[in-house]
Amino acid sequence: MNNERRRQSLGFGVLLFATILVIIPVLAIVILILTKGWGALSWQFLFTMPKEGMRAGGILPAIVGTVYLVFVSILFALPIGVMAAIYLSEYAKDNALTRTINLAIINLAGVSSVVFGLFGLSLFVIFLKFGVSIISGALTLGIMTLPVIITTTREALRSVPRSYREVSFSLGASRWQTVRHAVLPHALPGILTGAILSIGRVAGETAPILFTVAAFYLPNLPTGLSDQAMALPYHLYIITTQIPGIPETYRYGTALVLIGFVLIMNITATVIRSKTRKKK
Amino acid sequence: MKLSARRIREFVIEKLIFLSGIASIVFVALIFIFLLREGISVLKTTSLGSFLGGKFWYPISSPAKLGILPLILGSLLVTAGAVLIAVPLGIAAAFYIAEVAPKRWRTILKSCVEVLSAIPSVVLGFLGITVLVPFLKNVLHLPTGLTAFSGSLMLAFMALPTIITISEDAINAVPREYKDGALALGATHWQTLYRVIIHGALPGIIAAAMLGIGRVFGETMAVMMVTGNAAVIPHSLFEPVRTLTATIAAEMGEAAKGSSHYFALFAVGIVLFIISFAINLTADLFLNRGRKR
Amino acid sequence: MRDFVLKAVPFVLAAFIFPACHGSTEGPQKTQTLQIKGSDTMVNLGQAWAEAFNKLHPKINVAVTGGGSGTGIAAIINGTCEIAESSRAIEEKEKLQAKAAGFELHETIVALDGIVVVVHPANSISHLTMDELRELFMGNIKRWQLLGGQDRPTVLLSREVNSGTHIFFKEHVLRRGKSKGPEEFAPRALMMPSSYAIAEETAHNENAVGYYGLGYISPRQKVLAVAKDDRSPAVAPTIDSVRANTYPISRPLYLYTRGDPTGIVKDFLEYALSPEGQKIVRDTDFVPIK
Repeated sequence: MNNERRRQSLGFGVLLFATILVIIPVLAIVILILTKGWGALSWQFLFTMPKEGMRAGGILPAIVGTVYLVFVSILFALPIGVMAAIYLSEYAKDNALTRTINLAIINLAGVSSVVFGLFGLSLFVIFLKFGVSIISGALTLGIMTLPVIITTTREALRSVPRSYREVSFSLGASRWQTVRHAVLPHALPGILTGAILSIGRVAGETAPILFTVAAFYLPNLPTGLSDQAMALPYHLYIITTQIPGIPETYRYGTALVLIGFVLIMNITATVIRSKTRKKK
Repeated sequence: MKLSARRIREFVIEKLIFLSGIASIVFVALIFIFLLREGISVLKTTSLGSFLGGKFWYPISSPAKLGILPLILGSLLVTAGAVLIAVPLGIAAAFYIAEVAPKRWRTILKSCVEVLSAIPSVVLGFLGITVLVPFLKNVLHLPTGLTAFSGSLMLAFMALPTIITISEDAINAVPREYKDGALALGATHWQTLYRVIIHGALPGIIAAAMLGIGRVFGETMAVMMVTGNAAVIPHSLFEPVRTLTATIAAEMGEAAKGSSHYFALFAVGIVLFIISFAINLTADLFLNRGRKR
Repeated sequence: MRDFVLKAVPFVLAAFIFPACHGSTEGPQKTQTLQIKGSDTMVNLGQAWAEAFNKLHPKINVAVTGGGSGTGIAAIINGTCEIAESSRAIEEKEKLQAKAAGFELHETIVALDGIVVVVHPANSISHLTMDELRELFMGNIKRWQLLGGQDRPTVLLSREVNSGTHIFFKEHVLRRGKSKGPEEFAPRALMMPSSYAIAEETAHNENAVGYYGLGYISPRQKVLAVAKDDRSPAVAPTIDSVRANTYPISRPLYLYTRGDPTGIVKDFLEYALSPEGQKIVRDTDFVPIK
């Protein structure tokens, strides 16, 4: 028996070691960006335009551009994604069509981000003649984030007890009435979680916006959907690889703003998720 | 009167719902069609064999040399390196979190993994080129720190959350009876893990690994910033390489619409799409096999 | 009801946003935007011009983007910019593409540039001939020893294929002045995303050798003197040696426009060629043409 105990301690020790190897870099990354980037954060950094060839001043246009892109892409993806999840959860039968839809969702989720960029370029920028613009970038990002919304909404819908639906049907309600009144309201927090997670994901993507909306430098903020825009992830890329003379704190500061935004989104989503779990 | 107005509205809404349902299929098909539309024209100047097997990628020369073999091998090498690091590490961490960790630690560990999954690719690339690349060059005495290995490390970080969470789901899905039965027969916790739970969770774990591989293969920004971008057939993990994804991202800006370079980049996109499709199909098969049990 | 409102809100908001689609250029202030794209080598020069020009003409906003000479020329052909900066001359196929789009590309030489070859300060080599450069960047010289230097591997840094600097170096150094030929950069050459990236890697890597425009010279890298052949003296790249054409790797820098320049495009071009504009050329470490 002692042999087994020893083997167990060894085995568990290896697993613990592996976990530590995973956790330490995460903490190191967060601490590094936080400590080196914190110094750059200021009212000026977050709310003014860049100066001196983007080596000074602020990153406001990148922040605004990202906000526009995120807003419009969710505007597009949320209705379609929620309705698609409703279809899969409430209406679809177990047939070949449903299996194909599920396969398509998994594939959409696995497509490379730069392939989305190519797709956005050829469909929105060139074929539909939207040009390099916020609408092209946002639609591309929206399609990219659709699987996330569909999957989280579907989970939210599934977690609503079947009895709710059964009671509604027994009272004579149609399927849509059941969905709308008995199911959807209870799935709302889960749907919200999915939307917020999507926002975080969309904000951090670079490759899909490279050829569809991203601009190196714009003297003004974008005013409409047909404008080009700067964006945080692309801005971080160019100040790291293309522009000499940028203070290191600026680079870390931009990274901090980006990662901070994404983490805030994720934390909000997690808090909503755990609050609703506690309720049940 | 009221009844028929409501019926019409419901009819419209339910049709919209159905259309949204099939939207995913439509989008996947659209992606493939639009890639094909442009990419197929590369065959006007290059045969399929010399495209896929050609050893030199000189897209702007006349005549253009459009061989993507070095790019395919570059992607494969970086992916293989990442998988070798991330799969064992991720599965081990998943087991620890799901089975061994004390309950209090479980939420903290899971949060850390979620934080890792939230870090955008470009931020990892930024840290990679700023911190990791000089470090590797000095510590490993390499000619340059911009290598496939740097890319593999970055990509391993990106794949770990996927592998860990899906493996964890698979482990938790193993019926309690399996575990209780084994323990009742006198097995230690470790023996139970090692012989019983792994067996039950295996299809899910394989699916997790495959989805991780798929994620890594399609990564763009982090690899573009740290792998050196040399379109050469790699001889070791510690040399610069160029991936399919980085090639598209770096060169698409210049390719004039309708040039052979432009078509070639779309063709590279098709190759990426097909490989991702294959990986995801396989992962899905394993996931379903796991669930049916 | 609640979820219906939730779903309707996005569409209502969209109805407000879509009208904003049209007319970012029509506003009460009537500011015009000039879009300049292209050469990474010239992007700092372009931005310096843009800032100075904007001070003289506050209603004209000049936006400058890099991406490489090829990107700029592609953009002007596709109609997404008004001026293309290029560190190389346009090619036949680009002339044809412009013609197919309905215009001719108008060329203006605005400055001269030397392409400098740099190594790490600890590299013992201080000059090379054109032939040695050729062999080096084609990948045939794998260790610095073979050139009389230290026993270290050669790490070749190049720009991406869309860079005018890349193309110019390939044609004038690797192909000895011919635009077509079998010579290419070695497959193992690293394609760096910008001149800045080349400068950084060279400053940190004792094995590296790279090339970029005169404007990127800094004390962190060692500039090599280049000899035309092994009978000629090695010449260091300076403003004077480039202008006198004694430095073997020098080139004109171009601005391209669609057809003959008119309006604000013409104003900008005239500014670039004016004494103030040419002073800015000198300040950004390029060679004025006057």
